[in-house]
Amino acid sequence: MNLNATLIIQIVVFLTFVWFTKSFVWPPIVKALDERAKKIADGLAAADKAKADLANAEKKSIEELRAARESAAELRSGAEKQAAKLVEDARAEANRIIAAAREAATTEAAAAAQKAKDALRDQVATLAVAGAERILRREINAQVHADLLTNLKQELS
Amino acid sequence: MASGTELATEVAHGPTPGEYIAHHLTFLNNTGEKQVELINWNLVNLDTVFYSVLLGVLALFVLYRAAAKSTSGVPGRFQAAVEILVEMVADQAKGLIHSEESRRTVAPLALIVFVWIFLMNAMDFLPLDLLPRIWEGIYASAGHDPHHAYMRVVPTADINATMGMSIAVLLVCLYYNVKIKGAGGWAHELISAPFGDKLILAPFNFAMNVIEFLAKTVSHGMRLFGNMFAGELIFMLIALMGAAWTGANAPSFLLAFGHIVAGFAWAVFHILVVALQAFIFMMLTLVYIGQAHEGH
Repeated sequence: MNLNATLIIQIVVFLTFVWFTKSFVWPPIVKALDERAKKIADGLAAADKAKADLANAEKKSIEELRAARESAAELRSGAEKQAAKLVEDARAEANRIIAAAREAATTEAAAAAQKAKDALRDQVATLAVAGAERILRREINAQVHADLLTNLKQELS
Repeated sequence: MASGTELATEVAHGPTPGEYIAHHLTFLNNTGEKQVELINWNLVNLDTVFYSVLLGVLALFVLYRAAAKSTSGVPGRFQAAVEILVEMVADQAKGLIHSEESRRTVAPLALIVFVWIFLMNAMDFLPLDLLPRIWEGIYASAGHDPHHAYMRVVPTADINATMGMSIAVLLVCLYYNVKIKGAGGWAHELISAPFGDKLILAPFNFAMNVIEFLAKTVSHGMRLFGNMFAGELIFMLIALMGAAWTGANAPSFLLAFGHIVAGFAWAVFHILVVALQAFIFMMLTLVYIGQAHEGH
């Protein structure tokens, strides 16, 4: 335990080492550490933001999906209503056409029957005259007996 | 007795235990002779200066390599290891020194103190006789008396080295006292604290402060020196067990076995001492410099 000038040298060496560490060792390492800390902090913030964005997007997509589903349902019910109306209209039209056709047919049939009846009546009159001619074996003047025949015709109608 | 005569012949050839230890406790100074005076400012312990500068430069080189290659991206293992060290020192400095500006100097100081002292303490792990024996060979081949080939490889077991560092820390403390408080403010504190700001108490306050600075500095340096000196001495005593080998007999085998067991146990324990003493020196450095920043 003897003291000597080594002590002085040691002080100088020590202070030199401190100067070197302070100038060339410490600043770059601390700078790198601080920069990395900032990077990590930024990364974490970005991750949080991305997570929030994702949550927002999910919420939005659910909203959109719901709206789409609603409008589709609306469209479908509208279409159904329209289809039902079309069917209803078609049915009414068909009924109307059938009724009209039935009426026309009835009218036509009545007209035809009338016509046939008229024709038949004419022929009956002629036949009656011919029969009477044959019965009477004599000529009956058609002009003379026109009144008679007309009466007969009327009676037959 | 047979073993007695054998021991006697052994002694005639090699050094006695006392000579062995005395040789290992002698520094190599610029005269090549053992220093006899308690204080002699003409002498320099060449071994202490050589190993401390070598280890300090090694530490700075390794740290500088790490610093030059450091990136803020993903660090490699080497960079991560250095960063753990830097982070540890920076955390301790942050807790003890509340001035951001001072930390820019004091934290690097604490870092190099820790690494440097750790490396110097770790010289204890080298086989005790390895470097001294190599030095003896060099010294003898240069035509000198190998009995004077002194060499101590643990710089922190030299009180000059530890006191040099603690005095350097004291100088830093004084610098910050003046810088933070101003010369007048610090002078006022020296005579007004700790007993009170009264004229009659001024001499006592001043004496108390001087004693405080002295005690801090001396205990700071002596603590490290004492621990490392004692550790080295115990390694030497353990080495004496193996050195008592007298041939293939039971006592020699027992002593050699004891040497291995005790040497292993002490080396393992010394791992703790080496790291702990380096850490304690660093922490006390930070504490003392932190105190220089605070008024009483």
